[in-house]
Amino acid sequence: MSFFLRRAVFYVFTAWAAITLNFVIPRLLPGDPVTALIGRMQGRIDSGAEQSLRVLFGLDQDMSLWQQYVEYWRLLLHGDLGLSFTHFPTPVSDIVAQALPWTVGLVGISTVVAFLLGTAVGTGIGWRRGTWADSLLPITTFFSAVPYFWLGLIAIAVFAVNLGWFPSSGSYDRGMVPTLSWEFVGSVVYYGTLPALTVVISSVSGWVLGMRNMMVTVSSEDYVTVAHAKGLSSRAVVVGYAARNAILPQVSSFTLALGFVVGGTLVMEMVFSYQGIGYTLFEAVTTHDYPLMQGCFLVITLSVLVANLVADFAYAALDPRTRQEG
Amino acid sequence: MATGTTSIEVAAPTGVDDPGPGVARPGRRPRLMFLRNPKALVGIAILAVFAVLAVLGPWIAPYDPNQVSRDLLQAPSGAHWLGTDHTGRDILSQLIVGTRGVLVVGLVAGVAATALGVVVGVTAGFVGGAGDETLSAVSNVFLVIPQLPLIIIIAAQLPSAGGITVALVIGVTGWAWGARVLRAQTLSLRRRDFVEAARATGERTWRIVLAEVLPNLTAIIAAGFVGTVIFAVLSQVTLAFIGITPVSEWNWGTILFWAQNNLALQRGAWWWFVPAGLCIALLGMALTLINFGIDELVNPRLRSTGMHARTLRRRGIRPRVGFTPVVRAGRPAVETSEEER
Repeated sequence: MSFFLRRAVFYVFTAWAAITLNFVIPRLLPGDPVTALIGRMQGRIDSGAEQSLRVLFGLDQDMSLWQQYVEYWRLLLHGDLGLSFTHFPTPVSDIVAQALPWTVGLVGISTVVAFLLGTAVGTGIGWRRGTWADSLLPITTFFSAVPYFWLGLIAIAVFAVNLGWFPSSGSYDRGMVPTLSWEFVGSVVYYGTLPALTVVISSVSGWVLGMRNMMVTVSSEDYVTVAHAKGLSSRAVVVGYAARNAILPQVSSFTLALGFVVGGTLVMEMVFSYQGIGYTLFEAVTTHDYPLMQGCFLVITLSVLVANLVADFAYAALDPRTRQEG
Repeated sequence: MATGTTSIEVAAPTGVDDPGPGVARPGRRPRLMFLRNPKALVGIAILAVFAVLAVLGPWIAPYDPNQVSRDLLQAPSGAHWLGTDHTGRDILSQLIVGTRGVLVVGLVAGVAATALGVVVGVTAGFVGGAGDETLSAVSNVFLVIPQLPLIIIIAAQLPSAGGITVALVIGVTGWAWGARVLRAQTLSLRRRDFVEAARATGERTWRIVLAEVLPNLTAIIAAGFVGTVIFAVLSQVTLAFIGITPVSEWNWGTILFWAQNNLALQRGAWWWFVPAGLCIALLGMALTLINFGIDELVNPRLRSTGMHARTLRRRGIRPRVGFTPVVRAGRPAVETSEEER
């Protein structure tokens, strides 16, 4: 089996597992919050919507588990994630579709920036091991130990409340109509700077540490010594021999770190009231909006899977060994 | 999870030639070498302070953390070292009492996740074949699914998400990383001579696993445990901050929850949200430092003990690539340089 086919099979399997997990969790857990809520909503939910909620949350006792599962898949494939309780009667899929682009933008840009910056800094520190650069390590340790949301709180306190440079919450100027104008884009960038910066600062340390350790390991390889012996300039050795090989594990750990970064960013959105999936999830949790919660989880997981798939293919493009094997 | 353990994974594949981590080399490595590592020592010291606070917390806290007083939102003073919150409760007492909750959850989640990781990882690595394929697939799935949202939706649907429940949820969702690293290392151990020898003498499989394989995984298991504890502490504090866990249970996240919901930021009440975050950072840093200590024990290339910038300059050594200062027993610091000029 070729590399790509194997990875594709794995991701299809993982997607299936995530969707099934989403089906199983509400059925495994004790208590029945949804019935209680449907009871409270009595009469305001039309029968069709109530039916889809029952299917999604397994309230149909007269159906076998297998029938419930099949029905659940049928609804999912039609894009029906149920109705949100709090924003009744808006379908969950609409709310999620509205929030997703904001999160993808925020996470995407800040992750790419953090990755590039962290890798560059890590290369420098790993190369200059034993000099003042090593003293940067404790700082990165500190930042990797701080929870994202707390850095967000500090950033708001300093830059939004005290200095007044950036707005403390929201994702664009509420007085504007969302259109594709320069003014609006500028507002989005202005509101997004502080959250993005905070995500970058808190996630960059992981990349720095990883790259530094890989540089230290790679730099004693024979091919680096040979490159030196050939009389190549130090710069050529760093970029062309050491960093080039040290970056491979960075790319492969990208897929693992992504879930962590996404989790952190979701909480960051809650702190900044940034209208992405994280904030939606937060609202759903505080108002016990179970369909919305499940929908958010599903969309987050599937998006992370897609991002992983991209990172995997990038890795295969960079490292021919992965394509050969098997 | 994402930081401290990286180099272990790097170390694992290269470990095929040299004796694996933790293999006893009698007479060469001094005992308690781990405790001579300054990073690990600092980490253990900080952790010990928190542990004492966790045990003695309720007795040494100056006030009852729930006691409402008339000093509303006071800045730090002699009476309230870290000030008070919006109902006049003492924040220092909340911090001290909350330490126990944080440490207990971290510990329980760490133990649960490590146990699951060891069982899955070692089994997968040792059994091989179809069993390995299945277990690896399961742990890869758990690695790829973002943990925090998963923990949030599970915890939010539980009727009462108290400390131990949250710890178990974190443990059940967070074992995959350890399992993956352990599997890789077990795979490389499985065909070593000493394991083959044990097999040839007719030892039972479970005895080979317990007596031959597991002791050689100690360092990796320890690193995985510490990593999971860091992740568990962060997750639990996050959950408390979002307001999923009951606010009656004090932990550092609960303090931040009250601060965020009562506009501490807008009121400029820095004493309300800064100390709790610093405590989290300090605890996380202590655990990361311990992990560095373990990493350096396993992968000697990462060690730079005793070779600080000043030492290097004094000896006229220019730090360059391909240069590995290694500390050997008996001699204080001997440089083995592959390309000294």
